Amino acid sequence: MEPNFGGVVTVTHSGQRRTPKAAKTSSVFKKAVMAVSGIILVLYLVAHMIGNLKIFSGRESFNGYSEWIRTIGEPAVPAQTTLWIIRVVLLAAVAAHIWAAVSLWRQAKRARPVQYVARKQVAQSYASRTMRWGGVILALFVIYHILDLTAGVANPEGTASTPYDRVIAGFSNPFITAVYIVALLALGFHLRHGIWSATQTLGQSNKKRERTVNAFATVFAVVLTAGFLIPPLSILSGLVG
Amino acid sequence: MDLKLRVWRQRDATEKGKMVTYEVTDISPDMSFLEMLDVLNEQLILDGQEPVAFDHDCREGICGSCGVMINGRAHGNGLHDSHPQTATCQLHMRSFKDGETIDIEPWRATAFPIIKDLAVDRSALDRIIQSGGYISAPTGTAPEAHSILVAKKDSDAAFDAATCIGCGACVAACPNASSMLFTSAKVVHLGLMPQGQPERNDRVINMIHQQDLEGFGGCTNIGECSASCPKGISMENISRLNHDLLGALRAGARPKS
Repeated sequence: MEPNFGGVVTVTHSGQRRTPKAAKTSSVFKKAVMAVSGIILVLYLVAHMIGNLKIFSGRESFNGYSEWIRTIGEPAVPAQTTLWIIRVVLLAAVAAHIWAAVSLWRQAKRARPVQYVARKQVAQSYASRTMRWGGVILALFVIYHILDLTAGVANPEGTASTPYDRVIAGFSNPFITAVYIVALLALGFHLRHGIWSATQTLGQSNKKRERTVNAFATVFAVVLTAGFLIPPLSILSGLVG
Repeated sequence: MDLKLRVWRQRDATEKGKMVTYEVTDISPDMSFLEMLDVLNEQLILDGQEPVAFDHDCREGICGSCGVMINGRAHGNGLHDSHPQTATCQLHMRSFKDGETIDIEPWRATAFPIIKDLAVDRSALDRIIQSGGYISAPTGTAPEAHSILVAKKDSDAAFDAATCIGCGACVAACPNASSMLFTSAKVVHLGLMPQGQPERNDRVINMIHQQDLEGFGGCTNIGECSASCPKGISMENISRLNHDLLGALRAGARPKS
């Protein structure tokens, strides 16, 4: 086979150093996009999880919190300005995350069109194996979740209700709660591998840190998932509402 | 030992292949895996059949020529805990049980087209090296060894990375068929050395670019590569490569005087 030098970029001797175009579409660059957008989403999840726990301080407090999110910055900026800034950043992060994932998924599929007749994994974890389909499940869940609790169109209480009523109505139903539990477990696994993978991708891991990074990823995933699971399980069992 | 072998037979890159079952008898447990394949081939030749093509050279675990999937594992690594990670030539038949059925397949990746049976074309790895896996040094008499000092920590890490023999097991074991562990070993090996600094930024960008061009997949940090590597190249190298690439992108984004 002829050596392929067609795509090799040389920037060593150029006075003006510029990033070669190829570098911006490289698989490692895409991974970095995935890691950074993932970190933005994880930071939001932490705030979301803590906010959810307000359900324990009652209807007034929970609805007040929801109202506060919509009025941050008033009267300096119009109502919902901060909320929409957060939404736009999240949407951009989700779009970037999905773009990188789809692109790398397709590259991986092209890289091995013929599968092994016999294949046994030596090291891979359940979390790492389910990143892609787990991500698809999470994307579908997020759409349902927004229709359910933010917009209210998929909620038993409908659109005219308060946030607190929607939450209580939804999680009093075992089927709806089951959907949330499945999605949250998928989230836990996604974070378990995602946090480790992002650390590697951003070049922050090494032999010494590997154990700590993996332990942190597990603890973080468990704590976040548990934090999200507490309100729905409390409502289902009648402790709240 | 008597064994049943299920071997991938494929005439060339264009024809479809399939698993064919053979039986070998009186195999010594002290034979290497390749010697067992030699016995099979002698038997096939005597029967007037085409022998199984497989790559091999040094048979000492240092050249990186041999390598097949054995029972779904690259070089058979991970068959059992007591066996160290080796190349196929250093795997011995005592690692198997009498009467066992062994599946033998070639590395499978778009970037490694099958030449014949178990032999694949790994020149994609050579082209990754050509794109940046070198340093530019003046020729002539070897300089005094202590004229350029290297920190012990860096020299050890560079040496660990340099033990990569380019066998392709990382690609074969990776669910994404990515050659990240190979490329990272080369990038880190040179990047940790003072002699590797002038081309450090270009090296990582060019080698990753070539890796993508060759049709390898992207890394998802699963770790199958390192667990299947006959030299135990660490995942740490992949993190270092990523760090270098992001650094190179930053450095390249604005002019350096």
